Parts: sequence; structure tokens; C-alpha cells
Amino acid sequence: MIDARGLTKIFRDKKRGEFRAVDDVSFHVSPGQIYGLLGANGAGKTTTLRLLATLLTPTEGEATVAGFDLRRESERVRGQVGFLATSTALYGRLTARELITYFGRLHRMPDELIATRIEQLANELEMHEFLDRRIDKFSTGMKQKTSIARTLIHDPSVMIFDEPTLGLDVMAARTIVRFIRDCRARGKTVLYSTHVMSEVEKLCDTVGIVHQGRLLDQGSLAELRARHGEQDMEEIFVRIVTAAEAHA
Amino acid sequence: MNLRTIFIVFLKELRETLRDRRSIIAMFVVPTVVIPAVTFGFALTSVKLVKKARQEIPTVMVLGGEDSPRIRAVLEKQKTFRVLPPGDDFAEQISQKKLRAALEIPPHFDAALDRGERVAVTIYSHDGEMRSSFAVEAVERVLRSHRDNIVRQRLAEHGLAPEALRPFDTKRENVAPPEKVGGNVFGGFIPYLFIILCFTGAMYPAIDLTAGEKERGTLETLLCSPAARSELVIGKFLVVLCASLATVSAALVSMGGSALIAGASWMHLTASAHGGTFPTVSVPGMIGVLVLVLPLAMFFSALLMTIALLAKSHKEAQTYVSPLMILAVLPAAAAVLPGVELTNTLALVPILNIALVSKELVAGSFPVVPLLLIFVSTCVYAAGALALAVRMFHRENVLFRT
Ligand SMILES: Nc1ncnc2c1ncn2[C@@H]1O[C@H](COP(=O)(O)OP(=O)(O)OP(=O)(O)O)[C@@H](O)[C@H]1O
Ligand SMILES: [Mg+2]
Repeated sequence: MIDARGLTKIFRDKKRGEFRAVDDVSFHVSPGQIYGLLGANGAGKTTTLRLLATLLTPTEGEATVAGFDLRRESERVRGQVGFLATSTALYGRLTARELITYFGRLHRMPDELIATRIEQLANELEMHEFLDRRIDKFSTGMKQKTSIARTLIHDPSVMIFDEPTLGLDVMAARTIVRFIRDCRARGKTVLYSTHVMSEVEKLCDTVGIVHQGRLLDQGSLAELRARHGEQDMEEIFVRIVTAAEAHA
Repeated sequence: MNLRTIFIVFLKELRETLRDRRSIIAMFVVPTVVIPAVTFGFALTSVKLVKKARQEIPTVMVLGGEDSPRIRAVLEKQKTFRVLPPGDDFAEQISQKKLRAALEIPPHFDAALDRGERVAVTIYSHDGEMRSSFAVEAVERVLRSHRDNIVRQRLAEHGLAPEALRPFDTKRENVAPPEKVGGNVFGGFIPYLFIILCFTGAMYPAIDLTAGEKERGTLETLLCSPAARSELVIGKFLVVLCASLATVSAALVSMGGSALIAGASWMHLTASAHGGTFPTVSVPGMIGVLVLVLPLAMFFSALLMTIALLAKSHKEAQTYVSPLMILAVLPAAAAVLPGVELTNTLALVPILNIALVSKELVAGSFPVVPLLLIFVSTCVYAAGALALAVRMFHRENVLFRT
């Protein structure tokens, strides 16, 4: 479960001065649900997800993730979250097995449990062939699978994905989409960011539209379509954003 | 903070570091192969060059003296240099190293000596040029022996023995124990080398484990784990420290080995000849130096990590760290200067204090109060630097610099 209440992140920058990358964002994601944050470049998606993964500390606002308070219990939050982003790279000098084991140990899992978990994940993701090879020799697809295994080793109840299909070919992207659906089927809470409209239509139970740090509108696909009198997600997105810009 | 987590981070970083060719080169190859090779190579080449210069028979131009057959005869008879006929361009030839030296004999030299007048000959040379100075030495030797002969003659004319001019002799003997001699010979050099290696050994992994992680994008992955930031820093710090100490140990082993070989050949050379003192270093002193190197390595490791973390990439980190290297080496070099001696105030100056006390330690003396001051103060600096590194790891604008 994710419950964000008024999350705000202000960056202090020499050029821009005080800058609200995330501005008073509130939303709720239940277990077994996929929530999609839809926004253009620089909208504040990555920053929002980093706040919820406790990589950054919010300037204002509160959040509960998997029942733990974001500020006071950040280590426990991380223990329940699987965070996967384009910017979360892998250690090239380790083998896939060593890397996954390392993260399992950081989650304080016993080695026997890690070993059985790896066996299970390698079966599901078809990783056996390269499990004991060094990551710096991997293809993008192999790296992607290893990253997924890394985020799943501790069986997190909350999954956070930051543009997980960015830069992948159609087949690899489909693997990811299928994997996100699997997470939902297993009752995990899924928060997910993208700027690809078609993915949102395929995957999300609830969509939130972010623009310049603000959450402009949110609801299920059906709700959004009804509210804006439009079927096409792209059209809905453009309408909401232009309305907000005209307002400002 | 959880010790188990620190250990897990440590093991993983150690494994990765040992799989990196560049760290292995910096840690083991540089101190065991490159440094001794360069030092020995340099020493060997310079010995060879000096020998070659000594073997050369220098050319010396003799100006004047046509009216003084006796000095001319002396010059013609000797075999240590070759006499060249006079020319106008001797100064230029000496400067261009075509001629080693020139000797100017004033007019009526022999006659003036006979009258007992004081006269002077002039030797022209190229200062700072070794072969020229060897030529000057040769000329001076010949002139000295000629002068001694004249003195002996004059003394004999007055019925005096040559010893009348030398009522007593002087003798020189070394009484300092070998490790004191070694202390002065190696005293500056050994700690200097240790301080540099301590720094360079920590440098590469410190960059790789901080800026390198940022550059490769693995830092964000690591921060997603439930490990506390302090646990991550300390785990990484321990690997950097190990690398630094491994570098110093590798150097120690290779230097010890070379010293044994050098010592053996020295014994071999001097066994038959005049004897002499082989400079050794005090073993307890060396252990003392190593004990001090530990907090110094901690200080360097934490400091380097703090600074490297500010950078976004390896390259950027290198530009921050390189000037720091000069800053670290300067105090070590200053310790070699004559007259810079250990005081209780200087015992608090980081790096310089260790360089200074090392000189004393390898010479076999243990100044207790400064030693304690140095050990404790370096530990305090190391702890401060580590605390700074931990704080830096909590700063978002450092970790997520865009
Ligand atoms: N560490 C930081 N310091 C200063 N400004 C930052 C920092 N991180 C992000 N920003 C700024 O915050 C804004 C939101 O960035 P963010 O990365 O969250 O956007 P995004 O929606 O993920 O965009 P993209 O689609 O490009 O990934 C941007 O203007 C960015 O420049
Ligand atoms: Mg982003």
C-alpha cells in the first residue's frame, strides 16, 4: 500500500533558485493495483518515485509505504520496496548470482533462502544460462532480467518502476509489461511512471497526470474518459496540460 | 549501525576491487615492480654514467707557459689528461662541452717561482658539469704534486724535513651505529615513499567506489537497499583502507627483499676491501613507522572518499584528487629538509609529523611524547575525515548531483 499526502520536494538550484520539482502531491495505491504516473520530461515523476523509495527526503508532506512511515522508518520502507529505474544500474564486475545474493544479504535474508529464491527467479525469468556470468558482458535484455531479479529477491510488497521500458525493444518491453501485470496478480502494490500513453491504457488501474510537479488529475481510465469526454489517452493528457497552462 | 551489514558491503566491494585490473596494478604492481625498477634503474644508470665519465681521459687546453719549460714538462709527462695546444675559443669550447677545461699559466711562471714570488694559475671549467669537474680534479692533482715537490725542495734548502709542515695527522672514523647511518641515509626516503604509497593506494579505489559508482549508475541501486548510509560508507571505507595498506605492505616486502640483496652484495664487495658500515634500519623502528601508517591510511582513505564523492565521474574526481596528492607529498618532502626537527607543535601537523618521526624511528630512537601525540592526533584526523565522509553520504545534492 502507498499513501502519499501532500508530498513536496523543493530543490535549491543556483540558476533557478528554489524550485518545486514535486508540489503537493497526494495519491493512494492499494495492494493488487497498478497506479501510473503520466507526465512529460521534467514533470517530476522520477523525483516523486525517489521520494517514495526514500532516496530523497521530502521537503514537506507525509507518506506511508507498506504501513511504514516514509520519514521515520525509511530503512523498513526500503525493506518492503522494490525500486527499478533506468538509472538503477548493475555492478558489472559481479555475476548475476553474486549481485542478486548481495542485495538479498543487504535485506538480511539468510543465504539458504537467497539461494532458493534465486533458483525460483531464474526459472521464472529464464536466467539460468547467464546466471554465473559477469554482468558487464550482458545484453540489455539480460541486464533487465537481472535487475528484475534484484528488485524481487526480498519479495517486496510494493514495486516502484521508473520508466521501465525506456530504451527497450518491443520484445523486451513486452516482457516488462507482462512482469508488471504478474506483480499485480500476486497482490503487490505497483507504482509506475511513464510518458508512453499506450502503456498506460494497457496496464494501469489508476492514472495520475503530473505536470510541473503538480498532480493535475487522477482516476481510473474510465473515470478520466468520462470526465473529459474523450476516448484517446493522448488527447485527454494534452487537454489537461493545456488547461493547466492556460490557468497559470 | 549493523556490523554484519558493514561486513557484507565490505566483502562485495573487496571482491569487485580485486576483479579490477587497474586497482590491482595500483595496489601490487606499482609498489613491487615499478617503484623498485625505477629506483634501481636510476641508481644503476647513474653509477654507470659516473663510471664512464671517470674513465674518460679529459682534454685540457694549456694557455701560455712557453717561457716556463719546467711546468710544461710536468704537464707533458702526466697521463691523467690530454694537453691540447692553445686556442682563442677555449671558453666557448668548454661551454659546448667539446673541451673539459683550460689551464692558463702566467708569463715567466718558472722564473717567478725561482724568485720566490707568489703567482697564480687559472683553471677554466664548466660549473655543474661532472666531466669538467673531473678534469679540474685531474689538473689540480698534477699541480698539487708539482707544488709539493717545490715545497720539499725549498725545505731541503733550509735543512728541514717535509714533516715540518705536517706536525700531526687527522683520521676519520664513523662511530654511529649502522641503523643511525641508515636512519640518515633512508630516514627521509622511506617515510616519504610510504606516505606516497599510502595515498596512491587509497586513491584509485576511493574514486572507484564513490564517483565511479555514480558514473556507472550503481549508486542509486545501492541506496535502494535497506542498508543505512553510514553502513555503506564504512564498508566502502574499509576496502579503501585495505587497498592503501596492501600497497604499503607490498612496497615493504619488495623493499625488504631488495635491501637483503643489496646488503648481501655490499658484504661481498667490502669483505676483502676496506670494510665500512652498511647502512641498516632499525627493525622496531620500521614496525613503529607501520603502526603510524595505519591511522594515516585511515585519514587518507576517508578524505579521498569524501572528495571523490563530490565528483560525478572518475575523470572529474581525478582532477580534484591530483592537487591533493601534491598537498600530501609536500609535508613529507619538507621533512627531508635539514633543520626541520620534530617538536611537540609539529607533532600535531598531519603528514609532516609522521614523516618527521619516521626519520627518528628508522634511526632507532623512540621519542615517546611526540609519538603519542602523533598517533592520537592522526587518529583524531582520521575519525574527523570519516565522519565527514558519512555526512557527505547523507547529502542529496552530492549523491544526486545533476
Ligand atoms: N537533484 C536535483 N537537483 C536539482 N534539480 C533536480 C534534481 N533532480 C531533478 N531535478 C529537477 O526536477 C525536475 C523534475 O525532474 P524529474 O527527474 O523528477 O522529472 P521526470 O518527470 O522524471 O522527467 P523525465 O521524463 O525527463 O525523466 C526537473 O526540472 C529536474 O531538472
Ligand atoms: Mg525521470
